[in-house]
Amino acid sequence: MLFGAGILLLLLLTGIFFTLLIGSIPAIKASGIKFLSGTSWNPVTGVYGAVPFVIGTLLTSFLALFISLPFSFSISLFLGEYFKKGALAEFLNYATDILASIPSVIYGFWGLLFLVPIVRKFELSFHILPYGVGIFTASLILAVMIIPYTSYLAKEVILLVPQDIKEAAYSLGATRSEVIRKVIVPYSRSGIFAGILLSLGRALGETMAVTMVIGNSNLIPGSIFSPGNTMASVIANEFTEATNDVHLSALIELGLLLFIITGIINFIGNIIIKKLSIKG
Amino acid sequence: MQRRIIKDKLFEIIIIILAMVSTLPLILILFQIVKKGIASINWSFFVNLPQPPGETGGGVSNAILGTFILIVIAGVFSILLGVLGGTFISEYKDKKISELIRLCVNIFQGIPSIVIGIIVYIWIVMPLHRFSALSGGIALGIMMLPLIVKSTEETLRLIPSSLKEASLALGASYTTTMLRVILPAGINGILSGILISVSRVAGETAPLLFTAFGNPFMNFNIFKPVDSLPLLIFNYSMSPYPEWHSIAWGASFVLISFIIILNILTKMVSRKWKTVF
Repeated sequence: MLFGAGILLLLLLTGIFFTLLIGSIPAIKASGIKFLSGTSWNPVTGVYGAVPFVIGTLLTSFLALFISLPFSFSISLFLGEYFKKGALAEFLNYATDILASIPSVIYGFWGLLFLVPIVRKFELSFHILPYGVGIFTASLILAVMIIPYTSYLAKEVILLVPQDIKEAAYSLGATRSEVIRKVIVPYSRSGIFAGILLSLGRALGETMAVTMVIGNSNLIPGSIFSPGNTMASVIANEFTEATNDVHLSALIELGLLLFIITGIINFIGNIIIKKLSIKG
Repeated sequence: MQRRIIKDKLFEIIIIILAMVSTLPLILILFQIVKKGIASINWSFFVNLPQPPGETGGGVSNAILGTFILIVIAGVFSILLGVLGGTFISEYKDKKISELIRLCVNIFQGIPSIVIGIIVYIWIVMPLHRFSALSGGIALGIMMLPLIVKSTEETLRLIPSSLKEASLALGASYTTTMLRVILPAGINGILSGILISVSRVAGETAPLLFTAFGNPFMNFNIFKPVDSLPLLIFNYSMSPYPEWHSIAWGASFVLISFIIILNILTKMVSRKWKTVF
């Protein structure tokens, strides 16, 4: 019975992969390699090129990572080095916990009603077309959403840095910031990298919050302030309205692409974590 | 010398400021949900059905019921399989196959929720030719699985093998040992893992978009579409009507409260029923 449950888990994952693969066959037959190189996505004329969404996905995810890094790094140093205990640390721990458990649809809703008007004002004052929604707004929301994940893993590895090598650096007259830069960061580099990878995986696949604030345009975004679409958001938008089998299959192929990309990223991240043997 | 110390202080101040600033979005979100959510919550919010746009009042009783139905189906689907799977990899931890399953579970956890939605659409919605509560529940169940497997495994791994050996030495069969000794000893961890996984999927929307689909009416039939709180928040917040926005705020408040209560419950369970070895 135990063995059966284990096998069933394995079957489930391989089943997911093959279901996606089989579902994509009509689209692969219709578009072939053009699916990956085509810059236009138009269900009406039957042209399916994923490039606008791949660009949209990479742009939002990396921008979100870039925005969130200073913050998540600060949280992890705050909790892992400066204030390991105390009321402030307790508060920050709770705050990141709750931040991680807020549903993404609520992030999206809040972004739509609160963040979008602010971004619109900002765009007006810089004489950019004031959409309000777009790549930049989506990245901001994503950044807030991934802060808990990066900071949690980074904190765990920073706590693992042995006390004696820190003390050795202090005894040589290093200041705390020097110990952080020269001892703690190099020592925990791979763990921090794993944390970043896992957050990236999360950002790439995030659907609801992004769908609600990205503006849903199927064109290649001209700048970070233009509306766009990610792979996940275009699936969410078009799946129930798919008009024919090839359209549906093209969306499934996007899902397959997303599955493979996030799968690889999570695989690498987990291998690094396993090497460090911390609880992820 | 002086410059290095100033630099050090500056670094510390920047870290503290940035760490504190990152809690700002959370405070803003919670503040707005509480302020606008409580304003639209009253008794009829919990017992009435949604009203058409333009009419005030109306409630989300259908979505609350739907969320409950979905979670029950998800639990039925995932708890037994998850606990058994977790027990398997902790029992056979050195085998190659456990290693493989563990890797699978980790990759599983990273699958974007929208992809789970596609899968369940192909597996359940297409053969049945309709959106249904059943398919939505299974989608949520698939998302709960990796969390339950991992928490079960981590809990059981901490139980000393002497406990198992003592039970076996007394003549108990392997099944009895597992059911009467090992699983009860780890019940706090297993139970809190289940609670946490419920709190994770309670707010999921993406896998429900093309499985449970949403339904403005009360529905008890698991073969028909149901609404859920996150789906309702999504549909109402994307609408242009202010009355619907205030309903969405109210629903957000209910959902967040539910999730936070579950989180607190989880901490209590894992503390209270902890077995000390």
